[in-house]
Amino acid sequence: MICQECHQRPATLHFTQIINGEKMQLHICEVCAQEKGHMFPGGMNDFSIHHLLSGLLNQQGSNAVSFQQTEQEKSLHCETCGMTYPQFSKSGRFGCSDCYEAFAERLDPLFRRVHGNTRHSGKVPERSGGTIKLKKEVDQLKYELRMCIEQEEFERAAQLRDRIRELEQQIAHL
Amino acid sequence: MSFQNFITNAVSEWMNGEGEDADIAISSRVRLARNIQEYPFPILATDSQLEQITAAVRQVMEDEDCKRQGPFEFIRMDQLTGLQKRVLMEKHLISPNLMAESRGGAVLLSENEAFSIMVNEEDHLRIQCLFSGLQLQKAWEAADRMDDIFEKHVNFAFDERRGYLTSCPTNVGTGIRASVMMHLPGLVLTHQINRILSAIAQVGLVVRGLYGEGSDASGNLFQISNQITLGQSEEEIIENLTSVAHQIIEQERAARRYLMQNRRLLLEDQLCRSYGVLTNARIIESDEAAEKLSDVRLGIDLGIIRNIPLSVMNELTVMVQPGFLQQHVGQQLDSDSRDERRARLIRERLQSAME
Repeated sequence: MICQECHQRPATLHFTQIINGEKMQLHICEVCAQEKGHMFPGGMNDFSIHHLLSGLLNQQGSNAVSFQQTEQEKSLHCETCGMTYPQFSKSGRFGCSDCYEAFAERLDPLFRRVHGNTRHSGKVPERSGGTIKLKKEVDQLKYELRMCIEQEEFERAAQLRDRIRELEQQIAHL
Repeated sequence: MSFQNFITNAVSEWMNGEGEDADIAISSRVRLARNIQEYPFPILATDSQLEQITAAVRQVMEDEDCKRQGPFEFIRMDQLTGLQKRVLMEKHLISPNLMAESRGGAVLLSENEAFSIMVNEEDHLRIQCLFSGLQLQKAWEAADRMDDIFEKHVNFAFDERRGYLTSCPTNVGTGIRASVMMHLPGLVLTHQINRILSAIAQVGLVVRGLYGEGSDASGNLFQISNQITLGQSEEEIIENLTSVAHQIIEQERAARRYLMQNRRLLLEDQLCRSYGVLTNARIIESDEAAEKLSDVRLGIDLGIIRNIPLSVMNELTVMVQPGFLQQHVGQQLDSDSRDERRARLIRERLQSAME
């Protein structure tokens, strides 16, 4: 396809513009795009994942029937960084880690849509993870213990039992 | 080593053409998004908070374990010109986002360019690990190790239920984005690519352009990455992606066999013509260059074009980008001059590879 502007170079950028409800297709080359101010930083299209997220979040809002609920959403905000729910739903980005708590009740539907899930099941950091890592290890050891008992490996089972006790004491002291 | 080396040398270790299935899976990347508990995310952080984050990262560089992974070079974005930033982006060492909006931005690069740790991008930290070929497991292990080193020094924002807390809800949980860059001309030529790409979408994976979200897939290069970060463990994500990558590689190999058996003459003609263009053209635009480089790469893989190492093709893919081209010449070039320089650079590089 040839550029609509210069009619010389091949068109490498394709846009759809909607002006006053009229849809217009634009096929232009890099040079003409730059001249006409259509270039985006880094050659990236301005449309990003954040626009999509914002759409999802606002869709949730528009499903809300009562005016009251939207008012409630408007006043919802994060005490730590000051991010309001409308700001979050517009930008599709949190302001700080406490926003997750502040907007908690609105997040499950979003996470379900984006990830199909609402709970983390991966890596747990050693320190910030607190006792989670230890608890996970205890769960794993308990599972192994059951297997050992089923297979009558009592010596190994005893070792596992001692290790579980040790870890549970550690958790209790944290 | 000065940061200049990262900018003047085209070749990164990830371009060496080694590693499993490196003819089709060009590179493997794992990126972990992390934030420090005490600070707001970069979009809301004040300049002085961003400075404190940067200072914390520089401290981690003093860690003995960190030094063992290195040596590292710390580069602030405000020390770089627009062109220098663009070169780092073209080499996949920084993201287009860090290049464009770099308030308080910085990057920690390992000498071999396998590690690239972005500071104050969308999240406080983006720990990235890049390897040649299909080596996702290795890339994950390396990124995981680096993550542990950081964790000794800073408190990560983490929640039992949500996992690692990130600025964007699409990264929450593991914060992991794993991707494989694949060269799939066989699937494109046999018109199977769309079928395969839509199947990929159904298993929670996504296809992006060469430079990530929002960029084009040119030269038959596709970047396949995980979409889901919450509810799956890192190992599951890596295993899924590796398994899908293996299947795509098999499909690509089958398409190539089909083409060689049924359309050999036509295929040889196309690939050799492309080689002719690259070794003779005096003016070449980036799209055409990407297309012809893809053909020559396929020609090398199929044994139709000989004596050119794959690493040269990887290198050229980076070298013909606008930023690198201008850096190489040492001046700003308009689009027409770039096309001329690009043609010359390709001719020279292919010629020296043949000697």
